[in-house]
Amino acid sequence: MPEHRSYDAVVIGGGHNGLVNGAYLAKAGMRTLVIERRTVVGGAAITEELHPGFHFTTFSYALSLLRPEIIHELDLPKHGFMPLLMPTTFAPMENGDYLLFGQDHDENLTEVSRHSPRDADAYEQYEHDIAQVCQALKPLLDTVPPNPFSKDPEDAARLARLAAHLRDLPPRVMHNAVRLLTGSAADFLDDYFESEILKALLASSGIIGTKVGPRSQGSGLVLLYHNIGEHDGSFGSWAFHKGGNGGFTQVLARAAKAHGAEILLDTAVDHVMTSNGRAIGVVLDDGVEIESAIVVSAVDPRRTFMELVDPRELPAELVEAIGRFRFQGTSAKVNFALDGLPTYPALGERTDQWRGFTNIGPSIDYLERAYDDAKYGWYSSRPYIDGAIQSTIDPDMAPPGKHVMSCFIQYAPYELRDGDWDSERDGFADTVQRTLESFFPGFGELVLHREIVTPLDIERVVGLTEGNIFAGEFLAPQMFFFRPAPGWNQYRTPIAGYYQCGSGTHPGGCVMGAPGRLAAQQIISDRTD
Amino acid sequence: MILRTPFFERTNAANGTGLWTHWAGHLVAEKYQMSEKFEYFAVRNAASLYDTSPLYKYRIAGPDSERFLAGVLIRDVRSCPPGRAQYTAWCDGEGYLVEDGVVFRIGPEEFLLTAARPNLSYLSSLVTHESVNIEDVSRAYGALSLQGPHARQIITALDPSMTGLEYFHHAPAKLGGAAVLVSRTGFTGDLGYEIWLDPDDALQVWDTLIEAGAGRGLIPIGDTAVLMARIEAGLLLVDVDYEPSRFAFNDAHRSTPAEVGLQWMLGSLGDRRFVGREAIRREMVSGASRWRFTGLVVDWRDYDQRHRAAGLIAPKDHMPVTGDMMVYDPDGRRVGYATSFMYSPILQNHIALARVEPGLAEKGTDLQLEFTIDHRYQMVVARTAPLPLFDPPRKRS
Repeated sequence: MPEHRSYDAVVIGGGHNGLVNGAYLAKAGMRTLVIERRTVVGGAAITEELHPGFHFTTFSYALSLLRPEIIHELDLPKHGFMPLLMPTTFAPMENGDYLLFGQDHDENLTEVSRHSPRDADAYEQYEHDIAQVCQALKPLLDTVPPNPFSKDPEDAARLARLAAHLRDLPPRVMHNAVRLLTGSAADFLDDYFESEILKALLASSGIIGTKVGPRSQGSGLVLLYHNIGEHDGSFGSWAFHKGGNGGFTQVLARAAKAHGAEILLDTAVDHVMTSNGRAIGVVLDDGVEIESAIVVSAVDPRRTFMELVDPRELPAELVEAIGRFRFQGTSAKVNFALDGLPTYPALGERTDQWRGFTNIGPSIDYLERAYDDAKYGWYSSRPYIDGAIQSTIDPDMAPPGKHVMSCFIQYAPYELRDGDWDSERDGFADTVQRTLESFFPGFGELVLHREIVTPLDIERVVGLTEGNIFAGEFLAPQMFFFRPAPGWNQYRTPIAGYYQCGSGTHPGGCVMGAPGRLAAQQIISDRTD
Repeated sequence: MILRTPFFERTNAANGTGLWTHWAGHLVAEKYQMSEKFEYFAVRNAASLYDTSPLYKYRIAGPDSERFLAGVLIRDVRSCPPGRAQYTAWCDGEGYLVEDGVVFRIGPEEFLLTAARPNLSYLSSLVTHESVNIEDVSRAYGALSLQGPHARQIITALDPSMTGLEYFHHAPAKLGGAAVLVSRTGFTGDLGYEIWLDPDDALQVWDTLIEAGAGRGLIPIGDTAVLMARIEAGLLLVDVDYEPSRFAFNDAHRSTPAEVGLQWMLGSLGDRRFVGREAIRREMVSGASRWRFTGLVVDWRDYDQRHRAAGLIAPKDHMPVTGDMMVYDPDGRRVGYATSFMYSPILQNHIALARVEPGLAEKGTDLQLEFTIDHRYQMVVARTAPLPLFDPPRKRS
């Protein structure tokens, strides 16, 4: 039961954005309640001990896009924030060779040269060009976007500021931004590189969580999005939080509480109470009513607009737009408990290649074929795998000498053409394990336990519609001005006092926290207006 | 000729970078793998092994050894019984700092004193009529530092008697087959131990520890990772944060204990006579200290905005920077200087160890630190913060 019957703000959903939002609202002095349906906060950013001594990052598995502002403004280091370095990136190849990146820039260039001498300085140019685009677009992540359909003079001012910012960009940076935002990852990379393994490694971040192949228009946007995260001052670099992303959301929960927010677990919200077009509170599924003039939905747009409130209270245009909003989850996970570290024949007894991401996606063709399977309604027969043996970074994730391996898999379409996920679970996991075995002979003998997470599991357990990890796909018509719907990209809804702060709002998904933070800014500023 | 420590056979095999530094005439790995930051996180999240053999070590023994050290060290060694250790320092007659180190009381009449630089001649020159023998035993020991949250699990797995070893206590232990001395000390500000051993046992003890730490994240770490950790821990480094008064050309290059944050060692001074006491007493009574030692935390927003305004991505470099960086008050008046600076991965901020005018050291005072941004000097807001800047409860628990 909540401590009070009445709050200044109630946040529905204790995922990372709900926690960030609740923390900011509480910090601003509002009596704030965050309500989480499950026994643990974190949403899709949780860590669970599913096999004794083995801690799995069941869903979300690494940290990069978290806005630095949130770390500082919510005092996260004081509450145990600890982003551990993942020093390597390992890309095995089908011919037994590999591309292995570490922390030494020059060593990385010699590694690229091994595959193509021409690509070495091309890689430096690519990194510089991407960094310039990221630097140019970064301010968009940290401000409430303009509503281009509004007559509000403040929006006119915001649009003018945006136009001025874009006008100041050098033409080359602007052009690269547009090429990325509208084009395919493969086309963009072809302009720099000849090495297939390097292109494939970089293109992989253009397909994550989205139903596009590397040659699809739109994969450039996804690639850019995954590079705009910054960790300790470098774009596109990733960290593993102590204890996994569940460790991170526990830090957020402690920070939220320290700022005065109350967190209620094991409690589902049935619906938002409204009166005369205003939110007045929420009704829990046991019928208990909690009053609050501000209600914030941290769940995805479909549930925000179609389930928590009566769509008949909303403008038909918005309902139609949300109905069209594409989720079509296409990612799954298989997490392994391992008896020891796998080996890669070409690296002999070396094991330092496991201290970061292992990218199973050795060529653009490999990735595109994996996508082809999904286009026609089935999971990939040779899937793309983003693996990470996280216990090499944080030994507390597994018993001494044992390991946990998180494997993010694509493609695994939510809708299977001739079957259903409940009967395909093991067939799917066997496909994944077979793929790993083909790169790492003997892998299967190390497996002590495996956890299978299908898109249907993501929907059922976390509540993300169709299992889409971003709470709505990263497609141009679903971003910025239009996320989640034209005219409703500023965290408000047509119901006064009812707000949205989940990954289905600007800027979008990943453990970024920006939607939660920007929504709090909007709420606080509306309140004082 | 540059010397090798008793662990060289192992450190050389483990060093995949080919990078070495020289410390007290010995080869010490700068880092064993390409990322010093990965080694740093072993200190803060798992366990690390660092070869500290090059430290100078002096055995001070004899019926008057306690009386002698009580007259030399600024912290009262009489309150350090056998089985304990003290972080301490020694001064010249003018009350200026000569050096700092750790003194271990081995027995009623036997001490071991560590120092980063040679001090035998200075210490010996202070012996008057006492019956005391000072001996350089630097090469008689190999030394390893085992630091990090898993350090206790690793050492107690080898010798369960280490379970209750308290902060700044030491005790004999058996690691594998070797008899060693273990102290609950270190230079990282984290939970950790230092292991003092017969050089002939060095390789065996190294192997024993590495084996016990396998699966608990234990890795050998180089000098850079330790120098990162020590800034967060607010631990002084001679020749960086202060200069030994003996070799300074003027008083601007000398520091009193209070000026580098060591006033807590002095207590109320009492009636103990020790080298520098009168000068220190005068300094305490008159409040004549020129500086106070403090942590500085750079304002992340100001730092970021100044770089962004120049069209730059604000660097966040964890590599320790030594050398003076000027500190100003909000009006632009110079009020001190920082001597150690870094981006702290665990605090997520740029931090510095600095000395400032005594009135400006209070926690949370707004000051400015001078940077070079876009090839121009620029001042960035920095706030004073008490040392240590990172101080996990496990360090003492």
